[in-house]
Amino acid sequence: MALSLGWHIVLACFGVAFPAMIFVMHLIGIRRNDEDALLLARKWAKVSAVLFAIGAVSGTVLSFEMGVLWPGLMATYGDVLGLPFAFEGLAFFVEAIFLGIYLYGWDRMPSRQHLMMVLPMALTGIVGTFCVIAVNAWMNAPVGFDLVDGQVTNIDPWAVLLNPDAFWQFLHMWVAAYMVAGFTLASVYAVGFLRGRGDRPHSLGFRVAFAFASVSAVLQPFVGHLLGGRLAETQPAKLAAFELATDTESPSPLRLGGVLVDGVVRWSVDIPYLGSLIARNSFTAPVEGLDSFPVEDRPPVNITHWAFQGMVGIGFLLMLAAVGFWAARWRGRDLLRHRWFLRLAAASGVLAVLAMEAGWIATEVGRQPWIVYEVMRTPEAAGENSGLWWLLGATTVVYAAMTIGAVIVLSSMARRWRAGEVDLPSPYGPEAQSRNRSSSPAADGSGR
Amino acid sequence: MSLAVAVAVAMFVGVIAYALFGGADFGSGFYDLTAGGSRQGAELRTLIDHSIGPVWEANHVWLIYVLVTWWTAFPESFASAMSTLILPMLLALLGIVLRGASFAFRKYAATMNQARVFGAVFAISSVITPFFFGTVAGGIASGRVPATGRGDLWSSWLNPTSVFGGAIAAATCAFLAGVFLCADACRSRQGTLAEQLRRRTLVVGAVTGVVVFAALPSLQSDAPTLTEGLQTRAAPLIAASGLTGAATMVLLATRRFGRARFTAVTAVAAVVTGWGIAQYPWLLVDRATIVEAAGAPATLRALLVAVGLAAVIVLPALGYLYRLTQTETWSGHPTAPAVGRAGLGQRPESALRVKTTTPEPKKPTNPHPSA
Repeated sequence: MALSLGWHIVLACFGVAFPAMIFVMHLIGIRRNDEDALLLARKWAKVSAVLFAIGAVSGTVLSFEMGVLWPGLMATYGDVLGLPFAFEGLAFFVEAIFLGIYLYGWDRMPSRQHLMMVLPMALTGIVGTFCVIAVNAWMNAPVGFDLVDGQVTNIDPWAVLLNPDAFWQFLHMWVAAYMVAGFTLASVYAVGFLRGRGDRPHSLGFRVAFAFASVSAVLQPFVGHLLGGRLAETQPAKLAAFELATDTESPSPLRLGGVLVDGVVRWSVDIPYLGSLIARNSFTAPVEGLDSFPVEDRPPVNITHWAFQGMVGIGFLLMLAAVGFWAARWRGRDLLRHRWFLRLAAASGVLAVLAMEAGWIATEVGRQPWIVYEVMRTPEAAGENSGLWWLLGATTVVYAAMTIGAVIVLSSMARRWRAGEVDLPSPYGPEAQSRNRSSSPAADGSGR
Repeated sequence: MSLAVAVAVAMFVGVIAYALFGGADFGSGFYDLTAGGSRQGAELRTLIDHSIGPVWEANHVWLIYVLVTWWTAFPESFASAMSTLILPMLLALLGIVLRGASFAFRKYAATMNQARVFGAVFAISSVITPFFFGTVAGGIASGRVPATGRGDLWSSWLNPTSVFGGAIAAATCAFLAGVFLCADACRSRQGTLAEQLRRRTLVVGAVTGVVVFAALPSLQSDAPTLTEGLQTRAAPLIAASGLTGAATMVLLATRRFGRARFTAVTAVAAVVTGWGIAQYPWLLVDRATIVEAAGAPATLRALLVAVGLAAVIVLPALGYLYRLTQTETWSGHPTAPAVGRAGLGQRPESALRVKTTTPEPKKPTNPHPSA
C-alpha cells in the first residue's frame, strides 16, 4: 500500500499541477501568437497523457487495495470516510473527461474553446486533492462519529469532508504538488541547457515551470509552519518525534540531525529556544516529550524525525534556489548561464519529489501505531492475508515495470522531439508501415 | 424506495455504465489481438487508438465510482467481497493496470518492437479483465460471498456461474466493441476495414449467443436465486436483451452500423439491468440484502447528494465528450476514403498531420482586425 501510494502521489502531483502549467503555456502561445509556446503546450499535453494514464490506473490500484489490504478499516469506517472519496471520484471523472477532450481537441476545435477545456482539469485537481487529503486529515484527527461501546454511531460524513485539519493539510499538499511538477519539469529543461541545448523553447519551458515551482516553494514554508503549529494540540506524539524531543523541556531546543539510540539522542545539534519558537510560537512553551506517551503509543522516532527534517531542509534549499534565480534575474543576471545553477536546477525535480515523499513518510509514520489516530491501530485494520508478501512482491514488479515503461516511452518521446518529429505517429500505424515497406520489405515481422 | 435501495440503484447505474462503456473499451482488445501482423493490422490498431483514446479514462472512472459508492454505502459487504474474491479482483486489477499503462505507452512508442510488446500487453489484458470481473459478478450472484468475513478463496470464483459470467462478460465486451469499431470505421470511410470488422463482430455475436444459451442450464442448478429472478421479475428485460441483440446482428448484417450501436447498447444494458433486478433485494445473493448491508443513513444521504451533483456536473460533460467522438465533429481520422489497404502512398490524413507541425491556424496578422 505504501509503495503504491508513494508512487501514485507523484503522478497525482502532475495530475493536480500540470493542467495549470499547460494552461499558462497554451495561453502564452495564443495571446502572443508564440509558436514555441504552442508547441511546448502540445508536447506537455502529450506527456500529461502518458502520466495521467498511469496515474489513473495506479489510483485504481489504491481503491482496490483499500478493500484488499484494509478490510478492517473499511468494514468499520467505510461509511465514515467514504464521502470525500465520492467527491474525489467525481472530480477525477470531470478531469478525465476534459483531459480526453483537450488531448484530442488539438487542431479539431477553435483554439480559445480548446484552451478553456484545461480549466476544469485545474479546478478538479484542487477538489480532488482536498477530498483525498480530507481523508488523511481525518485519519490524523478523526471526527464525525461517536464510539459507543465499540460501535461506531452518529456518523456525520460532512464533518469528515470539512474537518478542521483538512484545510491546512490540503494547502500544504496542493502547494507541494506544484513544487513537484514545477521543479521536475524545470529540471528536464535544465538538463537540456547543461547539454548545450539552450534554445528559446528550453528557456521558455524552464521559466514557466520554474515560475510555478518558485511561487509554491516560497509559500510552502509558511503553509507548513501553520500546519505544524496545530500538531502540539492534535498529535503531540508526532510532534515529539518530528523534534526528536525525548523529554519535555521548557524551552525546547531545535534539534538538527541526531539519532535516538536506546532512548538517548546522539549526534544532534541543538539550537536553544528555537524548538519552542517554531513548534509553539512561544519562547517558553514546551514541546511535549516522548516520555509522556506509553511506549506502545510512540511512533518510530528516527524515521519520522529524519523524514521531517529532510523535507524541511530540501524545502528551504529549493526556496533559496527559487528566490535566488528571480532575484538575480531582476538585477539583470541570468543564472541559466551558470552551470552550478543549472546543476542545482537539474537536481531540483528529484529533490522536490524526495521532499514530498519525506513529508508523506513523516506524517504517516509519525501517526503510527495508529491508522486512525487514537481510535484504530494499524494491525486491526489490516487483513489477515497469508499471501501479503507475495502481493507486495507482485506489486513491486508491476510498478517497476510501469516505471521502466514510462521512462522508456517518455525519453523516446523526448528523443524524437529533439530529432525534429512533432506529431509522433505510432510506429504501427499505416503510414509508418507503408514507410517501412518501401525502405525494407523484410522489416515486417510476424506480428506478435 | 428506501434510502439504501436508492443508493444501490445509483451504484448499479455505475455498474451498467461501466459494463457498457468500459466494456466497449476492453472489448477492442480482442480485435487488436486478432488484427494480424504489424502491417496487416496497422489500420485497425490505429482505428482502435483513435476510438478509445479520448474516452477510456473517463469510462474507467465508472469503476472507481462503483467501488467508492460500494465501500461508502455498504462497507461490510465491500470488505467481505474484497477479501473473498481477492484473487479475481487482483487479476482484474492487474489487467486494468497493464491495459491502461501499455495503451498509453504503445501510442508513443518509438520503435515497432516496443509497440509490439506494449500492444500485446494491452490487447491480452483487455481481453482477460472483463473475464475476471465476470467471475466476480458470478461469485456474488451465486451466493458465495458471505455478509461478513471471508468465503472460500477459490470456489468463490471458480464455479460454473462465475466461469460462465466471465465468458459472457468477455464475449459481450468484444461484441459491443466490434459494433462501435464498425461504426467508427464506416464513419471515417474505411470501407475494407469496416467489412473486416463486420464479419468478426457477427462471429463474436453468434458466439456470445451460444455461450449465453450454454450457461442457462448450469445457472439453474448453481445459482437458483438468480435464476428464479431471471425467470420472473427480470424476464422482460432478458427477452428485450435477446431481441435487441438479434436486431443488432441484423443491422450489422445489413451494414447499418450507426443504428446497430444503439441496439447493441440496449441489449447489454438490458441484460446487466436484468441481473440486478433478478438478484434484488439481495446485495450479496442469499447472504445480505441491500438494506441489511447498508451503512449509516447520514452517509447514504450524503452519497445521494454526491450522486446528484455527479449527475448535474459529470453527465453533461460526458455527453459532450461522446458527442465529439461519436459524430462527424472529430472525424479527422487517420485514414483515407476507400483507399482500402494501407500503404498506397500519401493519404489526406498525412496532409493533415503535416499541417499540425505548423502552429495553430494563425490569427490574422493584420493588426487592425476588420470588425
